[in-house]
Amino acid sequence: MADAPKSFPLPSSVKVTTGTEAAQAAYPYYTQFKPEDDQRFWFYNSMHFPEPMHHFDMITAEAAYCALGSFNTRVHVLPTTKGIDHRIINGRVFIGGVAVTDPEEIAARAAEFQQRAFYYYEHWEKLYDQWKDKMKALIAEAQALPSPSLPDLEPIETTHTGKGVAANHALIDTYRKQLEGYFRMWHHHFEFLLLGYGAYLTFFDFCKRAFPEISDQAISRMVAGMEAEIFRPDEEIKRLARRAVELGVDNHFHDEMDIDQVLAGLDQLGDKGREWLDELETSRNPWFNVNVGDGFYHYHRSWNDDLSMPFAALPGYIDKIRAGENIERPLDRLVEERDQLVADYRELLDTDEDRATYDQLIGLAHRVFPYVEGHKFYCEHWYTNLFFNKIREFGALLAEHGFFAKEEDVFHLTHYELESAIVDLMLAWSSGSDPRGPGHWPAIVAQRQQAIESWAGETVPPALGVVPDVIDDPAIVMLWGITRENLDTWLSDGAENTNELRGFAACSGVVEGTARVIRSVKEIGRIEQGDILVCQVTNPTWSPLFQKISAAVSDIGGSMSHMAIVAREYGLPAVVGTGSATQKIRDGQRIRVDGGRGLVTLLDEEKVLEDA
Amino acid sequence: MSIPGNSVSSFAPVSWFADVGIVDRPTVGGKGGSLGELTRAGIAVPPGFVVTTHGFDLFLAALEARAPVRARVEALDPHDLDAAAALAQELRDRVAHEPMPVEVERAITEAHARLSPNGEPVAVRSSATTEDAEDASFAGLQDTFLWVLSAQDMVARVRECWGSLYSVESMTYRLKQNFPEEGVAMAVVVQQMVDARCAGVMFTRSPLTGDKSVITIEGAWGLGSSVVSGEVTPDRWVLGKITGEITTRDISDKHARQVPAPGGGIQEVENSGDLRTAPCLSDEDLLGLRAVGRQIERHYGKAQDIEWALDQQGNILLLQSRPETVWSAKDVTAPVKTSEGNPLNHVMTIFGGRK
Repeated sequence: MADAPKSFPLPSSVKVTTGTEAAQAAYPYYTQFKPEDDQRFWFYNSMHFPEPMHHFDMITAEAAYCALGSFNTRVHVLPTTKGIDHRIINGRVFIGGVAVTDPEEIAARAAEFQQRAFYYYEHWEKLYDQWKDKMKALIAEAQALPSPSLPDLEPIETTHTGKGVAANHALIDTYRKQLEGYFRMWHHHFEFLLLGYGAYLTFFDFCKRAFPEISDQAISRMVAGMEAEIFRPDEEIKRLARRAVELGVDNHFHDEMDIDQVLAGLDQLGDKGREWLDELETSRNPWFNVNVGDGFYHYHRSWNDDLSMPFAALPGYIDKIRAGENIERPLDRLVEERDQLVADYRELLDTDEDRATYDQLIGLAHRVFPYVEGHKFYCEHWYTNLFFNKIREFGALLAEHGFFAKEEDVFHLTHYELESAIVDLMLAWSSGSDPRGPGHWPAIVAQRQQAIESWAGETVPPALGVVPDVIDDPAIVMLWGITRENLDTWLSDGAENTNELRGFAACSGVVEGTARVIRSVKEIGRIEQGDILVCQVTNPTWSPLFQKISAAVSDIGGSMSHMAIVAREYGLPAVVGTGSATQKIRDGQRIRVDGGRGLVTLLDEEKVLEDA
Repeated sequence: MSIPGNSVSSFAPVSWFADVGIVDRPTVGGKGGSLGELTRAGIAVPPGFVVTTHGFDLFLAALEARAPVRARVEALDPHDLDAAAALAQELRDRVAHEPMPVEVERAITEAHARLSPNGEPVAVRSSATTEDAEDASFAGLQDTFLWVLSAQDMVARVRECWGSLYSVESMTYRLKQNFPEEGVAMAVVVQQMVDARCAGVMFTRSPLTGDKSVITIEGAWGLGSSVVSGEVTPDRWVLGKITGEITTRDISDKHARQVPAPGGGIQEVENSGDLRTAPCLSDEDLLGLRAVGRQIERHYGKAQDIEWALDQQGNILLLQSRPETVWSAKDVTAPVKTSEGNPLNHVMTIFGGRK
């Protein structure tokens, strides 16, 4: 390998795709790359935003970075890092950290950090209980928001009660409250998160010192907690599968079923069928308020909105139950194995002092686990579903008034533009004239639709700008698993064996099989029994599919990513954080996954070389 | 095959592995004691016996009765290399050829007949009785003779091991260290030989980092001598001691292997193409070795350097186990990380830029 210095393309060298200039310009000005951005290092946040961003969906990046940065920079006061800046080009989100390098500033921030962050660690359970109350209240507020609608005339009650406010005002009121709630939800999201990851990393660091050759996988298995809300939806599907067998209605579920017909069939079946449908309702509230994606895109619909995912998993679980297999998550055994592992490593330590530190640090890691894994259910799933569905209701109202063809088109507007469209409709309703939107938005929606399609097929550089010598920004290492080593791997692609991809060894085991490259959640249905799942990033709600696949490979993720945690529970060989698996591996290609070494080998080499 | 434990008096010239342990080191040497210890711990060790220091003492007494031996060594000027070479030649010649007391020779040949009823090949190895003697600088004491076919050859090899006490290096070392000649003795291990499919070494503590949580295994095709001598670059694996996870697999190009020679001894043969780059152990073998490694480490309560072999049927056999010395010598009582009054201060390693 030649050691010629390599660098990623500079932001200024990345051209806006021809024909998408107007769509690119429509992203807020503060997200556009400017020449001075060439001085900094940016990486493509394909972990959270693996697909081109609809203009409305950019609110997720905005709200998340507003909150993440606030907690890092000004609430917990992390000594060596501040927040995250983001830019968008061709629909892709690039992010850059803001490191603190001045030793005096670090020292001053460290003093603040110790009184602030330590307070959180010390009062973790109490604050986390309080957090759940806050989140439940926030969810209740969102649920209480009215559906936006405009009557022809104001109901007579407005007169009789002297309400003094007309229906069009409720539109802006609801919209702003919903946006406010979404921004607030992201603050809650980051209230504990970095501190939680920090506790993990502190234990990782100790283990790496005490056991220089220990694998990340072994440490992750020691850290993993077992109880968190996010495991529950999958448990509910298993419960429903079991109930189906117990009630004798299991023959209604098979791979090619039409869900509506199944539901109707069960309803007509009589008591047993209706009993199962009641069980389904019990599971749906709240546990099916999870979406099939990471919650960052409007089209990552929840299980409640689209039952495909849970129903895709039901036949497999039912078959296993019929075959007498135990499908329960072996909680006791998992806990026992973890505790044994913790005890066995402890025994290898030489001094009482080390054993004391080890006990403290594993204790802290276990303490933070319920939040780190559990918050996703409340934030990225439950609340986010309510949020996008409320926006969808605005989309339906605007479509009804001719602003665009269908409710989903609303997501082609930025949140600023959507507010303007709502005000337009309010004005029209009040003046009795026609709104201006129908003459304005359809062309823009079409243009943006086309831009998204055009961007979706593009290969995105994993990073832009000059590679820093070290990545010691704890936020970036923790959240994105990005280290200097994996940047080097990304840069050296092509110089090494092109038939091999390296990533984090997430779960041991060697499997050869057919790669199913899933670039979007819409393609989940293509996964067949025994396939190897290759995806950009998996989400907790893909767990039910783990019974179907023989191994998993992802572009992004570290050894504590949810995919890695669940893969270990299922004993499913997995390699995460390969950088480019979805681009290098062809759908249908035979590959070998070695989850113990973090190595993926492409077995039909000619095909791949053509592609490169 | 198992050799029944033989009730021996403490002055017997021969002791079976099953009857000795580490505490018998002064009479059976480190290697013999360790093999006895492993045998007693239920670990699969090829059967064998030790020609004890008493056997040697009886032989030496017979030599002294004919002409002085110890006095000659004591009188030697360690800096006069010509004189040392001449004396070495003379004494080794005597050890090789002068008659052995009948009781010693009979004990050795009878033991061999039991060990090798059908002419099974044996290995003959010197087994040093003191820690110092295991030091590499105590030259000449690390003799190993492989694939010895007959009783006659075996006896000759035992004599050769004894004779190494009178090599130039060995004699001058003792003189320079002021070791009294009176206490000099030597045990010899005679052990059934494994026709190894592959063999190698195992460290229950990382030789690279001293990490106690991993087991490093190195191995190559054929007899372990090629690995121990460094003539072949072995395959190398690192396994989690506790998890069994195989985290490193370096499969090397193993150009040759050592195999038994038809007339006794060993010879080197080229490996054919596929064999060169094929891993010499399966995952199952690796996990089996790990289990044995952990068992031995637990038995001794400290990290071990182990020599192992797989016979043609794939059975794991242990050839030797020694306490790991390099990292153990470095062990300090300093903790991995300084403890903190407030354990939360540890998170500053991650957040505070503190290393």
